Amino acid sequence: MKPKQRPFIVFAIMAAMLLIVGFVQSWSVALVILNLCLVSAIMALGVNIQWGYAGLFNVGIMGFTALGGVAVLLVSMAPVSAALEVGGGQMALAAVTLIVGCIAVVILYRAWGERLFRKTVTCLAVIAVFFLVHSFYGPASDAIEAVDPAKTGYLGGLGLPVILSWVAGGLLAAGAAWLIGKITLDLRTDYLAIATLGIAEIIISLLKNEDWLTRGVKNVTGLPRPVPFELDLQESPWFIDLVETFNRGALAGLGNTERADALRMLSMEGSGIFVKLCYAGLFMIVLTIIFTLCSLALHSPWGRMIRAIRDNETAAAAMGKNVTGRRLQIFVLGSAVVGIAGAMLTTLDGQFTPGTYNPLRYTFLIWVMVVVGGSGNNLGSILGGFLIWFVWIEAEPVGIWLMDVLTSGFDPASEFRARMLDNAQYMRLMVMGVVLLLVMRFSPGGILPEKTGHR
Amino acid sequence: MTEGPEFLNALILLSNYVVLPAITYGSQLALGALGVTLVFGILRFSNFAHGDTMAFGAMVTILFTWWFQSLGISFGQLPTALLALPVGILFTIVILLLTDRLVYRYYRRIKSKPITFVMLSVGVMFVMTGLVRFIIGPKDQNFADGARFIFKARDFKKWAGLSEGLALRSSQLITIVVTMLLVAALFWFLQKTKAGKSMRAYSDNEELALLSGINPDTVVRVTWILTAVLATTAGLLYSLDKSFKPFVFFQLLLPIFASAIVGGLGKPIGAIAGGFIIAFSEVCLTYVYRKFLIYLLPESMEPETLVQLLSTEYKFAVSFIILVLVLLIAPTGLFKGKVV
Repeated sequence: MKPKQRPFIVFAIMAAMLLIVGFVQSWSVALVILNLCLVSAIMALGVNIQWGYAGLFNVGIMGFTALGGVAVLLVSMAPVSAALEVGGGQMALAAVTLIVGCIAVVILYRAWGERLFRKTVTCLAVIAVFFLVHSFYGPASDAIEAVDPAKTGYLGGLGLPVILSWVAGGLLAAGAAWLIGKITLDLRTDYLAIATLGIAEIIISLLKNEDWLTRGVKNVTGLPRPVPFELDLQESPWFIDLVETFNRGALAGLGNTERADALRMLSMEGSGIFVKLCYAGLFMIVLTIIFTLCSLALHSPWGRMIRAIRDNETAAAAMGKNVTGRRLQIFVLGSAVVGIAGAMLTTLDGQFTPGTYNPLRYTFLIWVMVVVGGSGNNLGSILGGFLIWFVWIEAEPVGIWLMDVLTSGFDPASEFRARMLDNAQYMRLMVMGVVLLLVMRFSPGGILPEKTGHR
Repeated sequence: MTEGPEFLNALILLSNYVVLPAITYGSQLALGALGVTLVFGILRFSNFAHGDTMAFGAMVTILFTWWFQSLGISFGQLPTALLALPVGILFTIVILLLTDRLVYRYYRRIKSKPITFVMLSVGVMFVMTGLVRFIIGPKDQNFADGARFIFKARDFKKWAGLSEGLALRSSQLITIVVTMLLVAALFWFLQKTKAGKSMRAYSDNEELALLSGINPDTVVRVTWILTAVLATTAGLLYSLDKSFKPFVFFQLLLPIFASAIVGGLGKPIGAIAGGFIIAFSEVCLTYVYRKFLIYLLPESMEPETLVQLLSTEYKFAVSFIILVLVLLIAPTGLFKGKVV
């Protein structure tokens, strides 16, 4: 197999696997997997920008994903006017105080210069700002959370089209990344990993506990959708006509009432598939745009500079490249892409549930995707996203089936067997870890290795 | 209304809810951070699998505790888990040496970058998390037995004639005593034995140590064994004091890393100091000071709010903020650890 053919072949195999799921299980399942594969591929692209291009190890992907998710809520939900009336002004005041306070502290720190007690004074200033902000924020959040807590109890969003939130998600994640990067990027590489681990945990606990902003663990459901609702589709004549044309063969030869019933069933089924196809189309567009930009960037002089920094930092610095600056750029860009994917994921779910973000699923699985697909290779990341998500989903039924067969010798009522069946789902964590380690050891380039030099 | 002097009551209140819990938690963090710092000093990477190593050790110990309990073996007033601890340590040593042989050794030989090791440790973490959840399940596990309290708050009140009580749970005392013993043994080992000295030499200057004939494989092996002892003990003490939940150990990674970095990565003494700094800041910042202030302040100044600086949900933010401050101000930590 020539290296040039390799991507085509592996992607063909991937498509075939999805088609098999479509034929064997159902088209609906296959499309659900496909949509999440697409989102995973975008996330993997984002992480690949950081790890593959520049060797930055981000252990907080979950946090950036969640920031993307919250952007959906903040952009697309209708504002809650009652809450805005009681606490909006004060909350805005708190935010302004926070921003002004931070700027003031920075100015103070710089103006103080080399005089004595610089750190002490700065610390005191920070504490003062904290209490000032807190005095506005406390009553405001209480007031907002008291507004009809069973239904709202939060500020709501801006009421803008949901697609805009994908951009907003990217911006939000980029902002957080800039802060973290600014602090840790000129230190040892491990520190970035530890700091991102921390920021991810903090972002999640913020989203879980700041009820006035996100409703916390009460979740926000019924987010606006960029695609039509199934029920509306089932009632619109053009859609029923479409279903009829597609199923002409099956519908022919049925009696009038039977035909109407069959048609209703078919359009119910078809509406679900249609909606999923719409999502798939939208995601495909985003993936194509991001992939094109990534490829252009990677093969530009800028991309070569980034890889030079990754491979030999000292030499790159000696050539006059701004190593820390470029790293910050890369870190922000990669996180933004992850944020966009996070927003898309929440849009697809139709609800924002901060309790469901867990690092194994949202951080480490993405890592496995990038490494297995081929770090440094954009196509590889997309493939990794598809493949690993597919395996992750299909491993659960397979694992349970495997356990069932393995423990079939035991008494069906025995506790051991029940426990094994119960815990079989955790096998896939182990499998993913082993896959990661094996690929790193025996095929460090992944399935589609990075192309280096001119061949 | 209140019995005894208000000042004493306030002091006892603070000891009961801040000082004792913080010392206990600090000891657990210190043991965890010692493991991280040892691995960092010798193998030169941040071991992300450490939290799950703790979970693994604690899990094995718990499984054997159950077995001992079913056999009717008990440790009198002390929890049976302490009897099972050596077995847990043994299993953890085996698994750590095995991961080193199967995973890390190859990359050490080809002299990979530190970041590769960090990633490997993430892979190992994945496997260990899966293993722990697969064997024992993701839920809370109950295994504690023996006496729960050394003395209870009620008895203390009667004895001291105060309205505030001080309770000492046996898990707290066990944590503190075991930590002291283990730390003393570790420092004795590092300072006095030949293996310990070669470890320190290797950590300070690898090439020089190799030149003077220190066998790197032995050093690495000893490091993993020490890490296993520390991690298993830390994991068990934490589970005895709070409860055993597999996912908690991942969340413990952040405070543990923060402790190690605050003290200076690679410095055992720093890890201990860091553990207590993080624990005290966490507990102090999330404690509700209302009752404490009511005791101390005159009635007219009594606070109406909870006087809590940070809600308990944000305790991870505390370690993070301290971590960030240290990285900004003194990246090598308090005890001048391995440089950036």
